[in-house]
Amino acid sequence: MFDTLSNRFEGIVKRMRGLGTLRESDVDEVLREIRLALLDADVNLHVVRGFQDRVRQRCVGAEVHKALNPVQQVIKFVHEELIATLGGETLEISHPAKPPTVVLLAGLQGSGKTTNAAKLASWFKQQGRNPMLVGADLQRPAAVEQLRTLGASIEVPVFSEPSDPIAAARKGVAEAVASSRDVVICDTAGRLAIDEEMMDQVGQISDAIEPHYTFLVVDAMTGQDAVTVAESFHAILELDGVILTKVDGDARGGAALSVKEVVGRPIAFSSTGEKIDEFELFHPDRVASRILGMGDVLTLVEKAEQVYEEAEAEAAAAKLLEGEFTLEDFLEQMRQLKKMGSLQNLVGMLPGVAPELRNAEIEDDRIAQVEAIICSMTPEERAAPRMIDGSRRQRIAAGSGTRPSEVTQLLRQFSEVQRMMKRMGNKSGGSGRKKPKKGRKGSRVTPPGGQQGKPGKPKLTLPGLEDGQFDLSSLR
Amino acid sequence: MRLRDRLSTARGTFTGFLSSVVSRGVDDATWEELEEALILADAGVGTTVALLDRLKEQAKAEKVADAEALVALLKAQMAEDLGGRDLELRAEGSPAVWLFVGVNGVGKTTTIGKLASREVQSGRQVVLAAGDTFRAAAAEQLGQWADRSGAELVRGAEGADPSSVIYDAIEHASAAGVPLVMADTAGRLHTRTNLMEELAKIHRVAGKGPGTVTEVLLVVDASTGQNGLAQARRFTESAELTGVVLTKLDGSAKGGIVMAVQDELDIPVKLVGLGEGIDDLVAFDADEFVEALFS
Repeated sequence: MFDTLSNRFEGIVKRMRGLGTLRESDVDEVLREIRLALLDADVNLHVVRGFQDRVRQRCVGAEVHKALNPVQQVIKFVHEELIATLGGETLEISHPAKPPTVVLLAGLQGSGKTTNAAKLASWFKQQGRNPMLVGADLQRPAAVEQLRTLGASIEVPVFSEPSDPIAAARKGVAEAVASSRDVVICDTAGRLAIDEEMMDQVGQISDAIEPHYTFLVVDAMTGQDAVTVAESFHAILELDGVILTKVDGDARGGAALSVKEVVGRPIAFSSTGEKIDEFELFHPDRVASRILGMGDVLTLVEKAEQVYEEAEAEAAAAKLLEGEFTLEDFLEQMRQLKKMGSLQNLVGMLPGVAPELRNAEIEDDRIAQVEAIICSMTPEERAAPRMIDGSRRQRIAAGSGTRPSEVTQLLRQFSEVQRMMKRMGNKSGGSGRKKPKKGRKGSRVTPPGGQQGKPGKPKLTLPGLEDGQFDLSSLR
Repeated sequence: MRLRDRLSTARGTFTGFLSSVVSRGVDDATWEELEEALILADAGVGTTVALLDRLKEQAKAEKVADAEALVALLKAQMAEDLGGRDLELRAEGSPAVWLFVGVNGVGKTTTIGKLASREVQSGRQVVLAAGDTFRAAAAEQLGQWADRSGAELVRGAEGADPSSVIYDAIEHASAAGVPLVMADTAGRLHTRTNLMEELAKIHRVAGKGPGTVTEVLLVVDASTGQNGLAQARRFTESAELTGVVLTKLDGSAKGGIVMAVQDELDIPVKLVGLGEGIDDLVAFDADEFVEALFS
């Protein structure tokens, strides 16, 4: 299906090429295809609609990223919105002052409650806790035996008794208190969301043990019904989170989005295999890419952005060498550097950087300050900083929450960098202001370490640094 | 009318949300609602579009103007697609071997328990082979079903080779003159190559001894979404499927994915699971399934 989806996107791309902003009709066209992709990934139809509306609102009138065509831009928004929806608030498990922390698992038959009760116990054990398991599934034949076997394999005690599920759960928690266990995980029988009697029973179990955390266990292969299931369980149990199971298959996992949307609680864990330790905290970005099912399309989007950023950097480098380095460029470079991570590490990685510069204290906080100062200037001031007089300086300082002296300091630094760049340009170009040709040594922009940089990451180096040809110390 | 009875109690009234459609003439909203109903039933975009395109042509040719007739036409079309198959579970062989396969948690063991009970009640002796040697206590679970149904259980140690456990059960049945072996297998995701190879081996080995594999049934949970088709594709590659058992249809899920499975792979739904009780496994009825899908 996704071959054709990619093909259809291509068709739309051709027709939309060259548009500066996203028009509503374009957005609708792309969203129709996205809708099919989401439905095919088992995202609930009603959830798809709400999702589409949110993406549409974000898209319409939005400016198109220079490197992306409108289709890619919409896909980017969709992907970002998916991650935001799936992620957002994450679950942090805190433990009550008076142990044990009581955890209740519930869900449909076959979703994987028993296996994941053991997996969760094992996870708590790794966190340095002393968990206990309680088998309150007295319905399915041999469910308690299964839990006992799993418990034995991870050396976690299992409590159960063949009375009734509510009593078994209550006694289980009492047993955990008596034996000083600090986490107790209660497994329950699988039940259909429309089985009133059984739903009532799980509500009673919850009332009896007053869990600190209640998780719904959901199979990643679930279809449209995931919404009904999540709503029903949430209505009775007030869920705190979701455990998504069987993520190791090839299901696209749209149920995750449906459930998240309906319950509004985080997907806390995902079960990624049959082994006990194949269980981890949920990664929204992975599932988002999978639901969209367009790894290749997303890569394309990233590539386009990357190429654009390279072109931008190249243009900036050309400007540098011509001594036309403005405060705008300065800010842009700062921002790109910020995206690349810690400055200190970065400078350390650059070959041929003068030791003085290497040891220079560059604080990341300082970048935010610089950003604020430059952003408080008018475009005219940025283009020609010389016009900044005392009163302008006052205004800029007030606008950026800094002191006038800090504004002065920035301007001084800037003019130093500018001067240095100019000298570098002279050396590289050989004859002053001559414009370096594209691709020429000394003006080509590549990331440190050549082309192996991660796709999608902005790339910037000073010209010529890739081959160590430049040594800043020689410039002094 | 079992399916319909069960569903009407499970889902309350049987009028369904299409009742708002049928009182009107056919317009764009009608088509949209039909599309919505099919997608919410997990029929999938492909099947839905194909069904509705066909319906549009037919409606045009037959000049269908009111929505009620249109819905009736759609139901008839779907029932015709799904029905008319031979749903008999074949049992020729001495013994005949029925293999139950599927992903984890779909209800293989429970299905075997119910089916064994049905066969024993109808006077046929059954041996159950505990071929799920992976999941903790799976053999115990099947053992309890054996007790309830009056079938005999053959099991190996946990972690034993499932092929040999099933082979032993077949030899045992053959020696004891039991005509039918129902073999459980461990739930496996169809993307696990080694586990699918193991299944192919189980299938091969089960046919080597005195027994004949006459049914390989894929058990599918009604709440399964579009992944069901991928499951069926891969399972039939490893062990040629003869039918589908659709379980947990007494819940709120409609099981529409079986339409795609039948359409693309020509594997019919033979049985439907409607609850946890020992008698809650019934023969598939296309008309009732379609009726329930729109309820």
